[in-house]
Amino acid sequence: MGTTELAVTGRTLGARRRNSILGQIGLYVLLIPLSAIFLTPLVWMLSTALKANEQLGAWPPVWIPNPIQWDNFSRAWTSAPFGLYLQNTLTITLLALVGQVVSASAVAYGFARLRFPGRDALFVVVLATMMLPGVVTLIPTYILFKTLGWLDTFAPLIVPAYFGGGAFFIFMLRQFFKTIPMELSEAAKIDGASNFRIYVQIVLPLSKPALATVAIFSFMAHWNDFMGPLIYLNSPERYTLTLGLQRFMQVYRTDFQQLMAISFLMTLPVITIFFLAQQYFVQGVVMSGLKG
Amino acid sequence: MQVQTTRVGGVIARGGRRTGGLARQEAIEGYLFILPWILGLLIFTAGPFIAGFYLSFTNFDAMQDPEWVGLANYRRVLGDDPKIGTMLFNTAYYTFVSVPLGVIAGLMLAVLLNQKVRGIAGFRTAYYMPSVVPAVPSVALFIWILHDRFGLLNEFLFNTFGVVGPRWLTSPEWTKPSLILWGLWHVGGGMIIYLAGLQGVPQSLYEAASIDGCGALGRFRHVTLPMISPTLLFVLVMGIIGSFQVFTPVYLLGSDIATAAAGPLDSLLFWVVYVYHNGFFYFRMGYASALAWVLFVIILAITLLQLWLAKRWVYYEAEADGR
Repeated sequence: MGTTELAVTGRTLGARRRNSILGQIGLYVLLIPLSAIFLTPLVWMLSTALKANEQLGAWPPVWIPNPIQWDNFSRAWTSAPFGLYLQNTLTITLLALVGQVVSASAVAYGFARLRFPGRDALFVVVLATMMLPGVVTLIPTYILFKTLGWLDTFAPLIVPAYFGGGAFFIFMLRQFFKTIPMELSEAAKIDGASNFRIYVQIVLPLSKPALATVAIFSFMAHWNDFMGPLIYLNSPERYTLTLGLQRFMQVYRTDFQQLMAISFLMTLPVITIFFLAQQYFVQGVVMSGLKG
Repeated sequence: MQVQTTRVGGVIARGGRRTGGLARQEAIEGYLFILPWILGLLIFTAGPFIAGFYLSFTNFDAMQDPEWVGLANYRRVLGDDPKIGTMLFNTAYYTFVSVPLGVIAGLMLAVLLNQKVRGIAGFRTAYYMPSVVPAVPSVALFIWILHDRFGLLNEFLFNTFGVVGPRWLTSPEWTKPSLILWGLWHVGGGMIIYLAGLQGVPQSLYEAASIDGCGALGRFRHVTLPMISPTLLFVLVMGIIGSFQVFTPVYLLGSDIATAAAGPLDSLLFWVVYVYHNGFFYFRMGYASALAWVLFVIILAITLLQLWLAKRWVYYEAEADGR
């Protein structure tokens, strides 16, 4: 009796192992071609950027160009003032990033660690604004900035970042701040520390991972932003990279090597940050799904 | 004894008053900390929200003062404007194809990537990476890949299967499928959210379901789906809000600065593109505001409907436990 049972268990285990090996092979049969499909466009971007004209539409496709046309990059970069566009993009991105990190963290500190009447109701308002379609405020906000005389300046793309820093970032930082033990704040308070000092010297240093996530997502949002610059910037000398690339696309519709060279240069920083800070990246995306 | 009690009482009373002062102090500081957000809410959200509602009843070119026209703009949206039908069709087509497709594809990939095989982290990276590529370069890339004659996709279709591929970006019936294809390449964001949801499902539930005789599909249907349904709801709600407002890829594919075009035969005329054209190309800011408000009401209605329907299919663990 006992041996039979053991034998049966042994057999099912063996079958399961066989199944799992077959299953694993089956998985690879799905995983490998799919990942090829996902990565091919990116590889094609770089490959095109390094190609000579004759190899552009060749079949079979030339994946590794011969010769490699490195000067496509310098040609593309100088065909429009992309250096200036990069400088503009960096100015906007970094100033807005600082604003979002500073103001979202301060607001989140208020919501997470201080008690005041109406706090929870106000926090519901924070969450509700996340669902508000941006298009309803688009026209009036434009008129507001026009009235302020800020059209064709970077201000409309930077200043709002200093007013709360965005509902999603407030939400994310509040969740993080709540996990820091209150005892730390209380101990500091007994030692006579003000809330401002607790925020700067205790809560912020303990929240580096969450702040990094906010900084990364803020960087991405402004680096990638197209609609903002499209609406607010008119003079070519104030264009950002996204706007510059779009104008470039309109003029050089079929110069795909140059187009892909600029596209690759714009993608490179983002991919680099992604590889350097993968865990913050994934954490941020996951947090965005956590509200459900 | 009597004296002591009084004294204790006194301490409590004084302590209470002191706490009251501290609480007031804390409340003041609390408001100070959230002040930037309150100001932002008033200046950049609530103010424009109300101003936009007002403007939607006016003719306004951003130069002269707004002129009150009553319901004229809304009458035009709901009847007289011949472009509304096209725009509504395009926006609905895109939303109701791309959002479900994106959720299904993202979920399937997440289930696939949740398996324990060697090198799975590398595969996760490969599938996620395209979704971090900025929209403008990524649309430029797709314009090249989907080129009628020399694009990689049509060259592949022709040389491998002998099929002459469609004119992805120049024939009206293919522009929206192209856009959806582009969106699917960016499916990684949703995928990572589902993956985190899947990893939060306790293994014990799967074991219990197996003992009850569930196969792989049964486990997915009866364990995985209910457990990640709150995540699915969130992604659906935000996905629909986002795709009703799709702008950057559509504008890049279909419009240019010189004209108010929107793809071949207006096949890429989407709601926000139309708001943009009216507001910033024709300077019909009043009409653009009315368009925006109608979209807002539609999105609100769909969101509320989703939240109402959610009671039937979304499972909240805490409620089930009676907590």
